[in-house]
Amino acid sequence: MLQSSHDLALLLARFQFAFTVGVHIVFPAFSIGLAAYLAVLEGLWLRTGRSVYLDLYRYWVKAFSVVFAMGVVSGLVMAYEFGTNWAPFSRKAGPITGVLLSYEVMTAFFLEAGFLGVMLFGMNKVGRGLHFAATCLVSVGTLISMTWILASNSWMQTPQGYAIDPTTGSFMPADWLAIIFNPSFPFRLAHMGLAAFLSVAFVVGATGAWHMLRARRQGEPVAEPVKVMFSMAMWMAAIVAPVQMLVGDAHGLNTLKYQPVKIAAMEGDWVSEGRAPELLFGIPNMKTEHTDYAVGIPLVGSLILTHSIDGKVPGMKDFPRDQRPPSPVVFFSFRIMIALAVLMAGLGFWSLFMRWRKRLYESAALHRAAVAMAPAGFIALLCGWVTTEVGRQPWTIYGLLRTTDSVSPIVLSNIELSLAAFVIVYVLVFGSGLGILMRILGRAPETGEHDVNETSAGEILGGRAQSAAVRAVTDDGV
Amino acid sequence: MTGLAYWLPVVWACILGSAIMIYVILDGFDLGIGILFAVERDRLRRDVMVQTIAPVWDGNETWMVLGGAVLYGVFPGAYATLLPALYLPIVLMLLALIFRGVSFEFRILTRDGGRAALWDIGFMAGSGVAAFCQGCILAGVIQGVTVSDGAFAGGPLDWLTPFSVLCGLSVVCGYTLLGATWLIWRTSGDLEVSVRKLAPALAASLFVAIVAVSFWTPMLHAPYLTRWTAWPNVLYVAPVPVLVVALGALFLLGLRRAHSRTPFLCVLGWFFLCLSGLAITVWPYAVPPTLTLWSVSSPPSSQLFQLVGTAVLLPIILIYSVYSYHVFRGKVTEADVHH
Repeated sequence: MLQSSHDLALLLARFQFAFTVGVHIVFPAFSIGLAAYLAVLEGLWLRTGRSVYLDLYRYWVKAFSVVFAMGVVSGLVMAYEFGTNWAPFSRKAGPITGVLLSYEVMTAFFLEAGFLGVMLFGMNKVGRGLHFAATCLVSVGTLISMTWILASNSWMQTPQGYAIDPTTGSFMPADWLAIIFNPSFPFRLAHMGLAAFLSVAFVVGATGAWHMLRARRQGEPVAEPVKVMFSMAMWMAAIVAPVQMLVGDAHGLNTLKYQPVKIAAMEGDWVSEGRAPELLFGIPNMKTEHTDYAVGIPLVGSLILTHSIDGKVPGMKDFPRDQRPPSPVVFFSFRIMIALAVLMAGLGFWSLFMRWRKRLYESAALHRAAVAMAPAGFIALLCGWVTTEVGRQPWTIYGLLRTTDSVSPIVLSNIELSLAAFVIVYVLVFGSGLGILMRILGRAPETGEHDVNETSAGEILGGRAQSAAVRAVTDDGV
Repeated sequence: MTGLAYWLPVVWACILGSAIMIYVILDGFDLGIGILFAVERDRLRRDVMVQTIAPVWDGNETWMVLGGAVLYGVFPGAYATLLPALYLPIVLMLLALIFRGVSFEFRILTRDGGRAALWDIGFMAGSGVAAFCQGCILAGVIQGVTVSDGAFAGGPLDWLTPFSVLCGLSVVCGYTLLGATWLIWRTSGDLEVSVRKLAPALAASLFVAIVAVSFWTPMLHAPYLTRWTAWPNVLYVAPVPVLVVALGALFLLGLRRAHSRTPFLCVLGWFFLCLSGLAITVWPYAVPPTLTLWSVSSPPSSQLFQLVGTAVLLPIILIYSVYSYHVFRGKVTEADVHH
């Protein structure tokens, strides 16, 4: 009885953590991509003097303020949930992961928070150069933040540079450079960074496409900012999506080297073999040690994983049962990610073709596809995250500390209560946030877009005209 | 214990204490403004109240993230013991801070829809609940945690005692006063006048709360009592209560003479003295009454690596945080919020 209640508490603690971090991860990724986009827009405005870039900046900075706030509040939860839900893990790994988190706070969070106020409210209070600097610093902050958290996450996946204290079992740092620059870190960093840029590019592209479709339906001309944002987003799709595939491939090779059983689970492979097929579909069965209904392409599995037809790929049977991750989860999450990657690259190429035919702003089919793919980047990102995190089970620190040994001694009723509260609050708050975001983006950007703190809901909700043009945009001499 | 192994945790305890102090003061007036929504119903004035902190609240809350991260990296034994022990108030506080944090944006952006009033309630309730929970968490640490084998071994509601409820209410009261005096400093007109009227009653309640907590705390554990009553400790700690009373007098004087900044600074002084007093009380325990700083700290290699970065970064952070406040200095008026 006690044992089963512990198991249930573990399951719920894991679910709660996965839920809260899964919701959270979307916002920083959004902020990383959007902050960089805003810095580019403001930079282009200062350089070219074209007001369309300022209009776009002011349009997207509203969305940024909402997304960033949601990232901050959902992130605060994470800083404490390590301790509430994973106390034994924190105790043992804190000397390493806690220190990395502290560096993230000191080099990134404060930087972002310190200059966010100037970025959002300071356009009329500081000079243009200083305001641009603030935008850039916020963007740099998001990138630094990603770097530290991925160093920490990668260390848990491919740990090195530590010694284990014989009495307490704690992980003692021995070589900080080895800890930070652990084997999977560069690949994970590049893969996640590009994923963030790509996710935001698809949201920006979909927003532009949506407003072009609407303008066409209403027989109105398409506003210049709409065209510019769509064009910029499609450049990103065309360039970054293929690059992301190459980086993903390199990341996969790295995983094959350091976590072969994760690869075997992702591929649904049970027996290690050369000339292995690549399964397009199948249902891996952990009990019978077989992948049912498998449909595969011969030889391609070896080719993709080892870049050689004869290359030997790992099978789950090479590893003891208690060291295998749940293959059905990662098999599908991986495939959804890959399918979306192909679609995203496809949209990018399609846009290149239309650009060449000079129909980029006319092709309704392209615009509809772009709208449909608005969440493609984020879904792919979440699927990739599920693949790498579920794929490293049953370990929190790979090969060294099991998930079952990492969970806090929390009583079941506590975790039930808090899980319910988290789900209700997150659905309510972040659901509302998503609604607000959709309304912000549902309004087309205008020429002479207002400053963020001069916009009131009337405009966003498409309501009455605002008299708030009082302290209007023209203060900046645009 | 010698050298680094002794001194590093001491230095870190001071840094952590400072981070907590800075958090309490900075987010204290943010949360206090949220609580004051209960007595200020006018939409325009509420907008002015929020505008005084909108550009800086995020930086203020970051000090709490720093506190959590430092506890995690430098005192992992305390992080792993206190957080499960205080599970419920911590989770409740985090949820409350979610409502508070998003309401800054949401209450503006949902205006003209029917929802803005709901986010105003979210802002107010989120601030109040977060403040109360922070008091409970503080009390939970001071009154102590059941530990066996270096890990939490108590029940889920151990933290809930009359003492923790008193501390929760005290913090709510203190933050409200901090928020009110911040508004006296940063606003003008009717809004300033109305918070000025509230201030004396709030200050009186906080003073009563401080006295109650001060007499209750030493009764919790014998070493706490000795810390404050044994000779010659009395000599060193006696200035604390004296200064509390002196600041109270200065507060009333500043209020009467219509100073704009003095009341706020006096309340800051109160917070400084109260937190210092509590730190003196529990020293050198990280998890009273069993685990000391040294028994919960990470290896010197962790602490040293983190200290080097902190020594460089913390001054820089302070400089640009001050700059950010400087950009948005001066009284905020209704002309600064737009309609």
